[in-house]
Amino acid sequence: MKNFFKIIIIAAFGVMLYPLFDSFSGNGQLNDLASFYAQKENVEKVNSANLVTAVVVTYRGLDTLGEVTILFLTAAIIAFFLTKQSEVRTLRRNSEIFQTAARLLIPVIIMVGVYIFINGHLSPGGGFQGGAVIASAVILMLLAFPNMPFNSKLFGLIESTSGLVFVGIAFLGVLIGTGFLDNAILPLGTFGELLSAGTIPIIYSFVGLKVGAELSNIISGLQSVQADN
Amino acid sequence: MEYVALIIGFLVILAGLWAIMTRKNIIRIIIGFSIFDTGLHIVIVALAYVKGGTAPILDSAVGIDDALNKIVDPVPQALVLTAIVIGLGVTALMLAFAMKMHKEKKTLDIRNFRDMKW
Repeated sequence: MKNFFKIIIIAAFGVMLYPLFDSFSGNGQLNDLASFYAQKENVEKVNSANLVTAVVVTYRGLDTLGEVTILFLTAAIIAFFLTKQSEVRTLRRNSEIFQTAARLLIPVIIMVGVYIFINGHLSPGGGFQGGAVIASAVILMLLAFPNMPFNSKLFGLIESTSGLVFVGIAFLGVLIGTGFLDNAILPLGTFGELLSAGTIPIIYSFVGLKVGAELSNIISGLQSVQADN
Repeated sequence: MEYVALIIGFLVILAGLWAIMTRKNIIRIIIGFSIFDTGLHIVIVALAYVKGGTAPILDSAVGIDDALNKIVDPVPQALVLTAIVIGLGVTALMLAFAMKMHKEKKTLDIRNFRDMKW
């Protein structure tokens, strides 16, 4: 009986979604807002080859600031919830192969993450993706060497410094540029070069560091309260 | 092409809803929320598709002059980036709550948590 109701609710949800599918006819061309972002003179104003990055960091940079704040709140709540336990954990020793492979792979993974967020304005990628890759290196480290002390104070310091630099660069736009998060306070450079697009690579690098540090803190918080049962 | 992505997105949403409503283990319910999220992201990106368009990244293939006619809409992709990060935050919080609940009752079966049920 209960399952019957659940099936009815899911079917009703599917019926509700059907008109959305039915009335969708595909886009023949960009809408007005996207055309504004893709126009030649506006692309040259931001000078970022990756238009998604231009939207995320410059046009809608305030959204990104809110997003980073939400991540910070999550990390803070989890750190508040999951305080360290005093009980001793008996851990099985990891195999030699796993530990050696982890030692080899962790620097490479961190390097890939840094590459992704430094090239965020040129190729697919950016601060959030690069930060997630760096955090995956931290997961590997915590799995391979569970007894290694995790310095969450250092990660907290990296995180808050990066956040402050992000907001500081955004405010510099108000002081010497045309507005909050104006990326043209630094020279825009040549289109498609690594050092181009003004402050976008700098902001995205700090976002990457911040996200990586925050996710690492969340993971270590979840790991530190794990019991043996 | 855009229809395929749209249908898959809706099916993934329904699968996530099914997992949320029928599973008993809290971890599996959280996975259901994640699947629901993923379906929504697929739908939003599918809605941004422009016929014959390519990724909104300008290089030698898509020149700066004809970008207007060649790329798909970048705005929903930026919104999905935001949505993914917020979904990650929500998932991490739910997992933290699940760990707290497991500490209280030593079980993750949702049927044992009746304190808030009326």
